[in-house]
Amino acid sequence: MNSLQQQNALALLSGDEAVALAALDAGVKLGTGYPGTPSTEILENFDKLGGKAQWAPNEKVALEVATGVAFAGQRAIVTMKHVGLNVAADPLFTVAKIRLDGALIVVSADDPGMASSQNEQDNRRYALAAGVTMLEPSDSQEAYEFTLRAIEISERWQVPVLLRMTTRVCHSKTIVRRGTVTIPASGPAHFEHDFPSRVMIPAYARPAHVRLRKTLAQIAAWNEQSGLNQTIVGSSSLGIITSGAAFQYVREAAPEASVLKLGMTYPLPIEKMRAFAESVDLCTVIEEGDPYLVEAARTAGIAVEAAPEIFRFGELNTLRVRHILEGDETPEPKRAPGKPPALCPGCPHRAAYETLKKLNCIVAGDIGCYSLGVLPPFEAMDTLVCMGAAIGVGLGLRHALPPEEAKRVVSVLGDSTFVHSGITGLVEMIYNPPPTGHLLLILDNGTTAMTGLQEHPGTGRTLDHAATGKVIFENLARSLGVTNVHVIDPTAEPEKFEHLIQSCLDKPELSVVIARRNCLLAARSIREYERCNEHN
Amino acid sequence: MSTTNVVIAGLGGQGVLKASDILADVAFAAGLDVKKADVHGMSQRGGSVSSDVRFGEHVFSPMVPTGGADFLLVIAPDQVEVNRASLAPGGVLIEPSVIDASSLPNKKSLNVALLGVLSCHLKFSVEAWTAAIERNLPEKLHEANLQSFSLGRAAGKK
Repeated sequence: MNSLQQQNALALLSGDEAVALAALDAGVKLGTGYPGTPSTEILENFDKLGGKAQWAPNEKVALEVATGVAFAGQRAIVTMKHVGLNVAADPLFTVAKIRLDGALIVVSADDPGMASSQNEQDNRRYALAAGVTMLEPSDSQEAYEFTLRAIEISERWQVPVLLRMTTRVCHSKTIVRRGTVTIPASGPAHFEHDFPSRVMIPAYARPAHVRLRKTLAQIAAWNEQSGLNQTIVGSSSLGIITSGAAFQYVREAAPEASVLKLGMTYPLPIEKMRAFAESVDLCTVIEEGDPYLVEAARTAGIAVEAAPEIFRFGELNTLRVRHILEGDETPEPKRAPGKPPALCPGCPHRAAYETLKKLNCIVAGDIGCYSLGVLPPFEAMDTLVCMGAAIGVGLGLRHALPPEEAKRVVSVLGDSTFVHSGITGLVEMIYNPPPTGHLLLILDNGTTAMTGLQEHPGTGRTLDHAATGKVIFENLARSLGVTNVHVIDPTAEPEKFEHLIQSCLDKPELSVVIARRNCLLAARSIREYERCNEHN
Repeated sequence: MSTTNVVIAGLGGQGVLKASDILADVAFAAGLDVKKADVHGMSQRGGSVSSDVRFGEHVFSPMVPTGGADFLLVIAPDQVEVNRASLAPGGVLIEPSVIDASSLPNKKSLNVALLGVLSCHLKFSVEAWTAAIERNLPEKLHEANLQSFSLGRAAGKK
């Protein structure tokens, strides 16, 4: 991004890089989030550009920290992948109703087609459910402009704004012109008491909800004329309503069609949609994921055609959009399977999985590189639900299975996942121990490997690798009252590791085993960071 | 001009994304509209990786439609068949076997050598390629990669 020193300069940027650049240009005070493909590069680039960016233990904490920044009259951006918003949903639903003094931008990076996710939920539903204003960019230029517009909207109406991106928008590189949107500078940081606006006890929350609905009605009216939605006048026989990445496929598949491309998709410009639909003989909605726009249009009595159900699954592309428009529902040819990812040769997780397989364990697993332990040759992971679920699911299995089987259950998760949402699971293990005891195995490779080697509170280094406070897992487990706490390197001592796991499984006690060895891909960098931090 | 579609494919660690960055940068520097699409996430784990680069007067979708690639550049021999469907009828396949690997200054620069082959089919100048390679790689790798590019260009002219 070096070529972007000047305003109006052009550069080829990913959507993530473009959001980071906009955050810089807007004077965002703090960027926070939890790594998650395809959102991770936003904060990494914001940091590289000189912005203040930090990783939070999870998305809920990140959103809460960002909310505090906005309460202080400053601008904050929070980034996460789509499933991260599930974790952050609790603060989201209430902060939607709270009067902000600064700006709060929540970036949700959805993953239709699941390039690297456990589900393909459509987070546009969150905007509707929580009453949060939402913008959807369709390329990097819009990612840049919409981030600035989102900040403007957030400050004007004192509400959080959801910037909903998808894998293709986050990771595709397209040309960005800097400085196309300018917004007023942020005011000074300040705090004033305003109990009814920010303290959501029922007496204050009731009027706050009414206020939100009034604000959304104002934003909806504004959106009818806003420049965020674009109409392309083409043929009067076919009109297409679309948003996000799908817009690009529509333009390529049907260059002659009239198009209403929605940039703000909550609250929707319903009357604009109605007028557009009435201006053409046939109006079709082309959208990736759930029939969100279709349902909204039909609820408002707008006659629109929708894609058949099969197009709800996976990503759209130009060819699929062509098929939708042609009414072609023939089964789509499957892409030739490529080489699947695998644990790297020399990966420290390998030795751990070899033992779990050998001991015929029932493995309640989790999300990270080590999820690859489900594939051959290991096939040593039995469940994967969501971040941190290994512990709860493992405990549930222990409670329900007969003792001989319960004794084989192990909860396995990685270091970053443990910090993200495993700690409350560990508390549950101590509070409600199964009769057979339980074993928690933390695969600590010293990094958030799967998303590209990010730091976390267990590494003792910040986003930009400087030394900071460190959560020491073994101390945490001991302080919570776990009977048996062990740290071991299974690669260096495979036999000792096997013996240790077996002895923990045999005891009706609580055990935490930390398998510690740095990720092979990160090891050299980690040594370098440690050396730098020692000198500073 | 119409859109030129290039698919670059290989395995994690082979420099697929770096090669597509260089190609996209050459087209960008020539003042063309450019889009580039790849999916990150699992690629570091040695799995299949591919990247689409499209350039022309105006590009909409960042992805090359299946069967629409004018050029398919493959860095790993075992990824040729996996990606063949992306090639347009009459499209050009550039396979790793066109380069004598033993002649490369280092085997990691095969990606750039194959760009050298591709360069014979495109209208960008050698100077433009050189500049893009230098912009996208650290200085210590410039010499080896420019040498690999020249080797690829010579192989492409045969």
